[in-house]
Amino acid sequence: MFEPVLLKNLDRPDAHRLAAYEATGGYRGLARALKEHTPDEVIGIVKAANLRGRGGAGFPTGMKWGFVPKAPGRPKYLCCNADEGEPGTFKDRIIMERDPHQLIEGMAISAYAIGAATAYVYIRGEYVKAIRTLGAAIGEARDKGYLGQNILGSGFDFEMHIHEGAGAYICGEETAMLDSLEGKRAQPRLKPPFPAVEGLYASPTVVNNVETLACVPHILTRGDDWFRDIGPEKSPGPKLYCLSGQVRKPGLYELPMGISLGELVEEHAGGPLSGRRIKAVIPGGVSAPVIPAEGLGVAMDFDSLAAAGSMLGSAGVIVIDDSTCMVKVATRIIEFFHHESCGKCTPCREGLNWVVKVLRRIEAGRGAPDDLDQLRDLCKGIFGNTFCALGDGAAMGLRAALEHYGDEFAAHIDRQKCPFH
Amino acid sequence: MSPPSDMRAEIEAAAARYPDRRSAIMPALLIAQRLHGHLPGQVLEEVADILGVERIWVYELATFYTLFHTEPVGRYHLQLCDNVSCMLCGSEALLAHIETVLGIGKGETTADGLFTLSTVECLGACEMAPVMQVGDDYHGALDIARLDALLTRLRAEAGAAAGATEMAGE
Repeated sequence: MFEPVLLKNLDRPDAHRLAAYEATGGYRGLARALKEHTPDEVIGIVKAANLRGRGGAGFPTGMKWGFVPKAPGRPKYLCCNADEGEPGTFKDRIIMERDPHQLIEGMAISAYAIGAATAYVYIRGEYVKAIRTLGAAIGEARDKGYLGQNILGSGFDFEMHIHEGAGAYICGEETAMLDSLEGKRAQPRLKPPFPAVEGLYASPTVVNNVETLACVPHILTRGDDWFRDIGPEKSPGPKLYCLSGQVRKPGLYELPMGISLGELVEEHAGGPLSGRRIKAVIPGGVSAPVIPAEGLGVAMDFDSLAAAGSMLGSAGVIVIDDSTCMVKVATRIIEFFHHESCGKCTPCREGLNWVVKVLRRIEAGRGAPDDLDQLRDLCKGIFGNTFCALGDGAAMGLRAALEHYGDEFAAHIDRQKCPFH
Repeated sequence: MSPPSDMRAEIEAAAARYPDRRSAIMPALLIAQRLHGHLPGQVLEEVADILGVERIWVYELATFYTLFHTEPVGRYHLQLCDNVSCMLCGSEALLAHIETVLGIGKGETTADGLFTLSTVECLGACEMAPVMQVGDDYHGALDIARLDALLTRLRAEAGAAAGATEMAGE
């Protein structure tokens, strides 16, 4: 029987307060890390748990921490990416609004492991409530000695600050976020060097997602084998799934990694709206290629979704029913990517502009017979040729829409109108 | 326009969190925008001077990030999400309704300066789609009736504030 940990306190009225967090075992993971383990042992435990990054890429967290050079020298930084801009995703906001001490404790443990004395939480500026709640929680933690000088008598000093973002999806890309933190326009950097070697202020830096860091205290208190035993061996742990769109019970669900997409949508989120059938599901935010209703048996973990031609991404699960035009959905998604393109590289900046124009004319009933070939060519020109993953995500999503719903696109062009209007 | 007296102090407090003052440009712009409502050129220069950084660094951030406004916005900035989840839950009808009721299109402000209308990309609250942000607050699970009630409440709130100012002035 799966027991939720990340959302276990959600129904408690004061879950965001320190007292409530401590009452359910909060900060015991930090105490254990500081008193019973060396930093290297903490990295070893997180590696053994096989925690993989919940921001979307699924990179092994312990390995990332292990890349930080051990030698003294430049200060090391920990950054939490809480810019949560992937459409369909809201899990990090809810952690920060409702149970923020999990994140603070996870960051303190992570900072101890990598030898960082300073951390920044980069939160999107729209998240006013999360910024206030996390800010108050940081104050409580500092007053109680979980942050600041000589934490719990261990000699470990650690301070964390909130940095408010100002509206740029590209900050989900870690090096763009680092440039933004340095007071520049958010544009991705060339890699290597990777942030672990040369990140914020050219210092060794770890960038982790909110949910990833929130898992860390539970791994310390319950053990790496507890975590590893949940879900698939190569992609284990509890997972937050964000359900939205045309579904009966949208919301945030904590379930094991590897649950089937169909079970998630039909059983947990209540299935389609009355009188409707599910047509397609986007499983991991709009960067993740769409999965048609026939494919809902796929397991929700990094490897299974990759094998199915999509990705777990941010686990932003968007349900689309049979009343919806897929050309319209595809157009809106590409408009989003075009709007958020940072402008640094040509295939993304210009290519998406072109794709938007073609999609809009198809949806408006003015598509030309060779427009679908045109779109496929544009995808080819963008995919693999952009500076960062933003362009790739856009092209992958459009390719999948053309592959699975090519008939709908063609019908728009043949009839010179949207069949759904 | 002289900067509010506490703007410098707030910006200095923000700058203390970073080893490099350039990092404080973004927080400084947010502080300045909260105090001034938007970010005219004079305020951008003031921010650059307080931080002692190049003016171009300040301008480029003010024009790159979507939450910064270099032009005035209305008292209530209606920011309706029209990304996929909200679109699937009816944001288009809400947008059309606002445009009809207020007589403005996207990017426009009502003649009385009360409302500016924008559509925005995903607000990260898709569980309560369709969602609109007004000021610091999210308003979710919107339909036409809830939207009308919200607009009525905002109008009344603005009217009451104006009334209070008049009373105080008498």
